[in-house]
Amino acid sequence: MALHFELVTPEKLLRSEEVHMVVVPGTEGDFGVLERHAPVMSTIRDGEVKIFASAGATPETVRVEGGFAEVNAEGLTILAEKVVEEN
Amino acid sequence: MASLKELKGRIASVKSTQKITKAKQMVAAAKLRKAQAAAEAARPYAERLEKVMGSLASKVSISDSTPKLLAGTGKNEKHLLVVATSDRGLCGAFNSNIVKDVRIKAEKLIAEGKQVEFFMIGRKGRPVINRVYPGKIAGEFDTTEIKNPHYDDAKAIADELVERLEKGEFDVAWLFYSKFKSALLQEPQTQQIIPVPIEEGTDAKSTAAVDYEPDEEEILSELLPRNLTIQLFRALLENTASEQGASMTAMDNATRNAGELIDNLTIEYNRTRQAVITTELVEIISGAEAL
Repeated sequence: MALHFELVTPEKLLRSEEVHMVVVPGTEGDFGVLERHAPVMSTIRDGEVKIFASAGATPETVRVEGGFAEVNAEGLTILAEKVVEEN
Repeated sequence: MASLKELKGRIASVKSTQKITKAKQMVAAAKLRKAQAAAEAARPYAERLEKVMGSLASKVSISDSTPKLLAGTGKNEKHLLVVATSDRGLCGAFNSNIVKDVRIKAEKLIAEGKQVEFFMIGRKGRPVINRVYPGKIAGEFDTTEIKNPHYDDAKAIADELVERLEKGEFDVAWLFYSKFKSALLQEPQTQQIIPVPIEEGTDAKSTAAVDYEPDEEEILSELLPRNLTIQLFRALLENTASEQGASMTAMDNATRNAGELIDNLTIEYNRTRQAVITTELVEIISGAEAL
């Protein structure tokens, strides 16, 4: 029960890990991605990506600015224009 | 045989040359590490974006409303060759390798009866292209002020290219740069960037229904300029790393050659010195014997 999640910016590959769920700030609204999600391609707005490492865990948030999210059979890939790391 | 003074002068001059090449080599080695890390870090994004592009492009049917970046202008007459070179010399055959590929491509296109123009990124390619194809440089992007290429620089270039495309100044664009393999090996690359090349055979697997938010066209119109920017960004980064790698190798060779030259000159210098001493002794002895 794990979703392969990748967060990539033009500068570098930030994350590549197995997580439970990721909530993506899509242009037309947030959507959560779990394992075996149907294939989706969406632009994303400036906002927070919430990463749930396991079910019920406190989400980790990463601020992204602009980009794309693609869900396919391999998992979720977020191509973000910019990432503002939370400290 | 050269006089002692002459030899001394030559040794001194080769030594100072060696100092320069050695310094340049060390500078390149230090810069290389950084540039290489930047180039390698940027690869995943470019590769993934390329994949997304490929699967998206194969699904969208081409109509009149399809963005020009994907569908092209419908013609195949005017070709723009975007050439990325370095701003500085002392990097061996780095720039000439890129320019060589450019000339091969240009000759091929001209032989096919196409119009060819050039867009230069970096200073070093310009003189050669200008000599071989006078008046064909349509534009250039000055990178002399840029130490480490940034995403925004690539964006500026991409914007200019898109503007030229909209004006109909070219139909097809090619990008030339050097891919960084290692400090010893850099591979010149020729890549079509406009319109986006659609790979055959990718659509077989990707027929699965994909939801698009908002819709395909809007995604495409956002994705295409970004893809162009990323391709350029990658070219800039790879080029910077390659330049430093080539520079390091070239300067290492130069330093070694200078060392050899110094050794040979030193031997010659010592021999000459010996000969001078021997001649002097012979003169003194024969002078004494004469008495």
